[in-house]
Amino acid sequence: MKQFKGRIVAKGSATAKALVSHNGLNTLASFQKALQFGDKTATCGDQNNPDLYGKQMAGKALCLPRTIGSTTGGLVLYCACAMGRQPACMLFSEPIDSLAAAGAILQDVWLKDSSMPVIDSLGDEFLSYVKDDMTITVKDDGIVEVSD
Amino acid sequence: MKLTQEQQTILDGKKGETQAKVMETLVRYGELFGADEMVPITSKYNHLVTSFGLKALGAVYSLLDQLIDAGAVSKQEFSADPRPLDKNVPANLLEKFVFNNFMYTKQEEYEKQLEKLGLMNKNAFTCTAYMPEVGNVPNKGDILSWSESSAVVYANSVLGARCNRNSGIIDIMGSIAGFVPSFGLLKDEGRKATWVVRIETSKKPEAQLLGSAIGMKVVEDVPYIIGLDKYLDGKLDDDAKAYLKDFGAATASNGAVGLYHVENITPEAVEQGRSLIAEGAREYVIDDAELKRVYDSYPIIWKNKDAKPKLCFIGCPHLSMAQLKGWSRDIKKALEANGRRKVAVPTVLTTAPDVLEAFRKEKEYQDLVNVGVILSYICPLMYMNNPICQKVPTITSSNKLRTYTSARYYRDADLLEIITGGRN
Repeated sequence: MKQFKGRIVAKGSATAKALVSHNGLNTLASFQKALQFGDKTATCGDQNNPDLYGKQMAGKALCLPRTIGSTTGGLVLYCACAMGRQPACMLFSEPIDSLAAAGAILQDVWLKDSSMPVIDSLGDEFLSYVKDDMTITVKDDGIVEVSD
Repeated sequence: MKLTQEQQTILDGKKGETQAKVMETLVRYGELFGADEMVPITSKYNHLVTSFGLKALGAVYSLLDQLIDAGAVSKQEFSADPRPLDKNVPANLLEKFVFNNFMYTKQEEYEKQLEKLGLMNKNAFTCTAYMPEVGNVPNKGDILSWSESSAVVYANSVLGARCNRNSGIIDIMGSIAGFVPSFGLLKDEGRKATWVVRIETSKKPEAQLLGSAIGMKVVEDVPYIIGLDKYLDGKLDDDAKAYLKDFGAATASNGAVGLYHVENITPEAVEQGRSLIAEGAREYVIDDAELKRVYDSYPIIWKNKDAKPKLCFIGCPHLSMAQLKGWSRDIKKALEANGRRKVAVPTVLTTAPDVLEAFRKEKEYQDLVNVGVILSYICPLMYMNNPICQKVPTITSSNKLRTYTSARYYRDADLLEIITGGRN
């Protein structure tokens, strides 16, 4: 088991299996089909992301450097949270980008029943260490535990 | 973050819970990026990315209702991205059924919400609201609360306005508050280039391909581009603006670029030159081989990779008047060369409603109609954004459309040959 400390963007705790993207997550391209066509598991639809394409994102500990692409990104994440199709948590190796930050804050401020802890600045080592299906535990104080 | 007394009063809830939540959202957003203050928005108009009444965005409409009910209405009028539907664009019965009964069932309702929130006018649906015909053209130095990645990067780079890559919803919240947190591209230091890109191609690079290459490489950083000015005749005229519109959209969708500087062309590069380059900036050289590598890396996700194209979209982002005229001339000439009277593939050129109205008065409009080209104000991305349209082999010269849909990207010249029957 290894611990990483990041900055809390949206507070909360979660335990889930890791899903790792080494490239930026294109939020719109990844979630658009899932939100529109009743896919409760949120299968990633981004053809340009070989790490995630075709994999289920809902309920996973999504580990990534940052998000990229359309400025609908924040509201797409917000809607995924409102529909219960969001990742269990989002863990960024880099400082968070403006679109993911918007999604994280909007769900935290405006959705009563949403809980998606978001931690950023976990460092490059975090993203090189974590692998798909490892168990991730996020704690209230921003500590992220990764175990096989 | 240091707030003014007025901002603090709102945050403390003296103007109601909804206004307090708007302020909390903006303050938390800014604090994440080290914003030290909220600064007034100075542009005349805002621009919103969300223009589509998708059933799946129910949570957004509920939030907007909360804002309207609480009287938290924008102090600024705004334009919004293109409408997702246009009856002129080919769609079969099944597609029409899905659009009208499944996907965009909230369109009418959503447009009424937008009107209550401050939509400029019924034509203000385009991703290129900065076209003179539309009239949402910020001044150099204006502070914006815009979203729409292609519009933000254009406003920052070509117009010299100041705007972060705001998400949808954050855009209108800034407008409601009248302030945006000051960080990133709003600050002089955030506008410094951390990449130097040297263009060493043998000819003018395809805008959408060059933008894709740079976006993928620098991701969210600011590039300073050297060697492109000679291909833009050294000036920021209408042709250069159209080129940079398409280039920027590709940098923003294939990466997350919010600002670029082109040496001797874009306003800040003209004024400040290489002093815009930050210490320790990395370098990226683009030659013919690099562009080929990027082009060859695009996956083709058609089930049948050899399928004959059934639809072509040109105009994501929406075309300028000069581009419409250029495509009209090029298509006419290529059809003559290929011995055809009509286009070989159903082809849709997309542009802003106001540009389309103006273009209808031009000779080139009738030339396009005569050869079977469809003119539309639609958002091709929203049109293709469903499993049925995704199965139709669609071609495009838009790298943004390629990124978000199953559309296959071709360079302009290749696309022209295909739609005019010169090749399959």
